[in-house]
Amino acid sequence: MAALGPLSRTARLGCNLCRKHRLVFNRNLQRRGIASCIDPSYGLSEEQKEFQKVAFDFAANEMAPHMAEWDQKEIFPVETMRKAAQLGFGGIYVQPEVGGSGLSRLDTSIIFEALSTGCVSTTAYISIHNMCAWMIDTFGNNEQRERFCPDLCSMEKFASYCLTEPGSGSDAASLLTSARLKGDHYILNGSKAFISGGGDTDVYVVMCRTGGKGPKGISCLVVEKGTPGLSFGKKEKKVGWNSQPTRAVIFEDCAVPVTNRLGAEGQGFNIAMKGLNGGRINIASCSLGAAHASVLLARDHLLVRKQFGETLANNQFLQFKLAEMATKLVASRLLVREAATALQQSRADAVSLCSMAKLFVTDECFNICNQALQMHGGYGYLKDYAVQQFVRDIRVHQILEGTNEVMRMIISRNLLTES
Amino acid sequence: MSGRVLVGVKRVIDYAVKIRVKPDNSGVVTDGVKHSMNPFCEIAVEEAVKLKEKKLIKEVVAVSCGPQQSQETIRTALAMGADRGIHVEVSGKDYETLGPLQVSKILAALAKKEDAQLIILGKQAIDDDCNQTGQMTAALLDWPQGTFASEVSMDGAQVKVVREIDGGLETIKINTPAVLTADLRLNTPRYATLPNIMKAKKKKIANVKPADLGVDLTSRLEVLRVDEPPQRQAGMKVETVEDLVEKLRDTGMV
Repeated sequence: MAALGPLSRTARLGCNLCRKHRLVFNRNLQRRGIASCIDPSYGLSEEQKEFQKVAFDFAANEMAPHMAEWDQKEIFPVETMRKAAQLGFGGIYVQPEVGGSGLSRLDTSIIFEALSTGCVSTTAYISIHNMCAWMIDTFGNNEQRERFCPDLCSMEKFASYCLTEPGSGSDAASLLTSARLKGDHYILNGSKAFISGGGDTDVYVVMCRTGGKGPKGISCLVVEKGTPGLSFGKKEKKVGWNSQPTRAVIFEDCAVPVTNRLGAEGQGFNIAMKGLNGGRINIASCSLGAAHASVLLARDHLLVRKQFGETLANNQFLQFKLAEMATKLVASRLLVREAATALQQSRADAVSLCSMAKLFVTDECFNICNQALQMHGGYGYLKDYAVQQFVRDIRVHQILEGTNEVMRMIISRNLLTES
Repeated sequence: MSGRVLVGVKRVIDYAVKIRVKPDNSGVVTDGVKHSMNPFCEIAVEEAVKLKEKKLIKEVVAVSCGPQQSQETIRTALAMGADRGIHVEVSGKDYETLGPLQVSKILAALAKKEDAQLIILGKQAIDDDCNQTGQMTAALLDWPQGTFASEVSMDGAQVKVVREIDGGLETIKINTPAVLTADLRLNTPRYATLPNIMKAKKKKIANVKPADLGVDLTSRLEVLRVDEPPQRQAGMKVETVEDLVEKLRDTGMV
């Protein structure tokens, strides 16, 4: 259902196009997802189509009009995200009894794909927040679930996921942040790097070393903002993802109660990896949304821009290029949705499929957005046009949540390990 | 007073779709085209749900007349907070000629059957822009009507309606049972929440045939031809105001 903004209402209902509002107007049109062969609602159940519709409407009305401003002014859109949480987007695959929406991974993918057409950066943060809420819901005990999940699902509180360190990115299991047991507290020392939301969020899900070397020595602790010894680095200046702050998270003799540990000692790495499987589907879904929006933007530009006496849409090279973009988009979408289904069913191929989906989709969708920018010619390079923001925002999807190189490691290991 | 409100919801081509006329000029292309709930119907549903939340009415029943796909539109209304739905099955030739006269007869029959206290409709549908169904329904039932409502408040068994008219705003007070039609500024329709979409699955949609209601669907209108509006002609640029006035006189505009 469309909660029509005042601008689009008077412009559209019952009267002709209002030329001076064309730019904002066009954006809304494009984000509606009206275009046959790449329509993302094919093959979905009635209920999933409803979820998708709400997400598309929310993206078009509440996010798209602000996407550029949030990027340029580096605004963390707390109010908008809380509005999204009111619709149930704060804990999409968290269980209802602690405030979540209890939906499937496929439902989640569909929702993030649609939201991403409104703003990739904000949707990506919402997906990270969802991942943290799920980790607490799944691996926490009832006391922890009740303490943290309801506020996270309503986005009364925001969450960050802390795994990466200055010295351990792809080699995550070599992390150094230590957590020494002292009475009924762990004393944390170390620092995390590139933490999305860091400094502005309230709940930090931190992987730290409670035992010996390697993955088996890692545990998962929930650290709350305001805990003495918890501080943050400077806000990083990034190429994209500017609607979420990124900071280092620093622990200096930071005491965290043992009751904040999720699961058992030594289970942390396992929890982190399980969280990332879903996180990879979510990030890939965000790339899908950006690619979808970019294909529509490119399509509309081809229909309008004229050179050599005719519209670009009559140029066979561009027609073929657009067809290739559409094909890769649909192929990507199918892979992500299958990975989501596999994860939901805990299928044997779930982990490798999630890795394949992340690898393939983030790469292909970046290429699609990049092509769309190229098709805009010089205009594509201007910040007045949305396509450049999609390109900048999804570039990082090929790097985080496990670089695409690490995805290749996971897949080749699956093939080459004797079982 | 039954406290029951009927809300009519119509499935129309989505407002963002570019409309195309069929090659044989018999109508517009609807096959494979994205459809959704008429925006004014969304506003009507929102108003009904708001009245229920204020405890001024007890039950919201969403009604749609059309083929199987109309059930999707009813489900959207249920996801917004309507309690149950009624799908009046009209398909094929009957659906092609379905217009305000037939729909208002159906709504009138349902209003009597369901003992409705209020009927809330959108002021018009964005496909035919008729702006007739509300008025005809009120006439058939001999009920008062508050059309183009931009504000609705209930006062016991009466309804105060602020109407948007050409001259400005008109406030009227009418007795219930009554028919209201929603205008643009009445409210901002809510998004369905994920939990409400899931709850909507369990709400009931009853199937009814127009014959069961004793309604004759024969149309008194025949569409002869549908054409695209004329292509917008290029304008003319003039240098001075005098030139402009002269041009306006030449083309008979002034």
